[in-house]
Amino acid sequence: MPEQRPHDPPGGPDTSQAIGGAGSNVDLPHAEGEALEYDREEPGPGEQEAARSLWSDAWHDLRRRPVFLVSALLILFLVTISVWPGLIATGDPLECRISRSLGGARPGHWFGFDTQGCDVYTRTVYGARASVTVGICATLGVTLLGALFGGLAGYFGGAADALLSRVTDVFFGIPIILGALVFLAMIEVKGIWPVVGVIAVLAWPQIARIARGAVITAKQHDYVHAAQALGAGHTRLMLRHILPNAVAPVIVVATIALGTYIALEATLSFLGVGLRPPTVSWGVDISNASEGMQFRNAPHILLYPAAALSVTVLAFIMLGDAVRDALDPKLR
Amino acid sequence: MGHYVIRRLLQMVPVFIGTTFLIFVMVHALGDPVAALFGDRTPDPATAARLRAEFNLDKPLWQQYLLYMRNIFTGDFGTAFNGRPVIDLLATAFPISFRLMVVAVVFEIVIGLALGVVSGLRRGGGVDSSVLLLTLVVIAIPTFVTGVLFQFLFGVRLGWTAPAVSPEAPYGELLLPGLILALVSLAYVTRLTRTSVAENARADYVRTAVAKGLRRRRIVTRHLLRNSLIPVVTYLGTDIGALMAGALVTERIFNIQGVGYQLYQGVLRQNSPTVVGFVTILVLIFLVANLLVDLLYAVLDPRIRYA
Repeated sequence: MPEQRPHDPPGGPDTSQAIGGAGSNVDLPHAEGEALEYDREEPGPGEQEAARSLWSDAWHDLRRRPVFLVSALLILFLVTISVWPGLIATGDPLECRISRSLGGARPGHWFGFDTQGCDVYTRTVYGARASVTVGICATLGVTLLGALFGGLAGYFGGAADALLSRVTDVFFGIPIILGALVFLAMIEVKGIWPVVGVIAVLAWPQIARIARGAVITAKQHDYVHAAQALGAGHTRLMLRHILPNAVAPVIVVATIALGTYIALEATLSFLGVGLRPPTVSWGVDISNASEGMQFRNAPHILLYPAAALSVTVLAFIMLGDAVRDALDPKLR
Repeated sequence: MGHYVIRRLLQMVPVFIGTTFLIFVMVHALGDPVAALFGDRTPDPATAARLRAEFNLDKPLWQQYLLYMRNIFTGDFGTAFNGRPVIDLLATAFPISFRLMVVAVVFEIVIGLALGVVSGLRRGGGVDSSVLLLTLVVIAIPTFVTGVLFQFLFGVRLGWTAPAVSPEAPYGELLLPGLILALVSLAYVTRLTRTSVAENARADYVRTAVAKGLRRRRIVTRHLLRNSLIPVVTYLGTDIGALMAGALVTERIFNIQGVGYQLYQGVLRQNSPTVVGFVTILVLIFLVANLLVDLLYAVLDPRIRYA
């Protein structure tokens, strides 16, 4: 990383507009896709910076944003505890004793017990795994499908575009919760994979539309025509020249979407068609807690999983917001 | 304009057929409605065969689809397996969900636009930052969590409103469910309006209006808002789909017997005519809403003219 410039003092221009990534320093000439070389208005004293790519410029920008740092740390934490929940929770999420049903907090069980007498803290920690896995895998699936369909439509244009775009429209016309409800109610759901699959199959049009637009923009650049003139084939053109320059908007939308897929999984579990016990999941716990308003006298059984879920979704949305602002200053 | 509308309507046809066929396949290929009708018992083969013949379930899937579509266009949505015509269910459920959606959209427009304009004009200030933070929090908390919490807080604890909505579902009882349904979209409308207003506030025509000495209120409502509305209107159009899906959750929490409720029941009981009938209408609404949005563009932005 060519990083020679002294950091802005604390409370500098970037902290004032931290929340929501809403920038006020739009007047600074940041990189804009094609304009990879530029001068900063505020170069460090006596230092000449090397030209930075869009990505290293974005990284440079991101590292100094509190929103990015907070959400990235939070996500790192979430991923860590979903891989090794035993690090911070010693109990077994499935060890429940009905005699402790709805019990309040006590030493060693700071979040109390749920209706079945399971330790809420342990279940909340272990619930991260289902949510994070569903979020990440669904996003990977959606991005692959969307980039493939959208990218091919944008690249080839003409009849292929017309056909693929209509297919996209067809899937776009089905509200995701509705389609997922129909699909998941008809099959036997075991584990997380049916939920991941149904989200991937129904949610890709959003990414496909973005990818198509990005590819259409990228393929009109001179360097693409130059590569074409030099005899580059479709594969090389797509992977070496267009993909790196069209991937930014897709990544941004995918990051924000990751948070919404986590919320979607919990919603489906709440509707009774998503994850099912014995899978430990925030959605299942919230659903159990809200059934017949069981949380009425024991709010902790609803609040802890709900808070964990909301913070997770928030972290991914904030991360996506920050990345978007760093990659595309025009959107600020 | 006329040509454009006709072209768009023609484009809608394959999408409509594709989407409804997809749902049709999902419903029919995955579950056996006759078996579902018998619940846990094993169906008597003769009765099952008679039922299959009666509901055309013994024919190939594409024939079933064509027969179904032919019936739909004569106003016959089929009979739900409980004997009630699906069109009756549609007639009772749609007005209720329509009212719920009206309440939600009104909340979105009134609160969302107001917050968006205020924070857009005071960009970077305290109001702006708190509004932005608030919208982020609202977006992050899933609708069903807010729904359950608000239902408990306002419906049970404070008793300001009925925790469950009566079957007639008058507007008054739909205020809280409508707000819940609207919340996430409301936050998006706020953010979109804010960005759009903040961007346009620096435009030349605003400076001209200020220089002419127009009153601030007139500048904001007539010049700034009208030009900032375009992305918001697009969003509201696509949001119709999200609201219809969100109604599944909201109607379940507040026991509103609208489209979401009927659909949910239909799905759980594998009642395919109900599911396909409702989804067909929903897809139509979604497509028409998107068309209307594109036409509204031309009204809001005189630069866009459809030949």
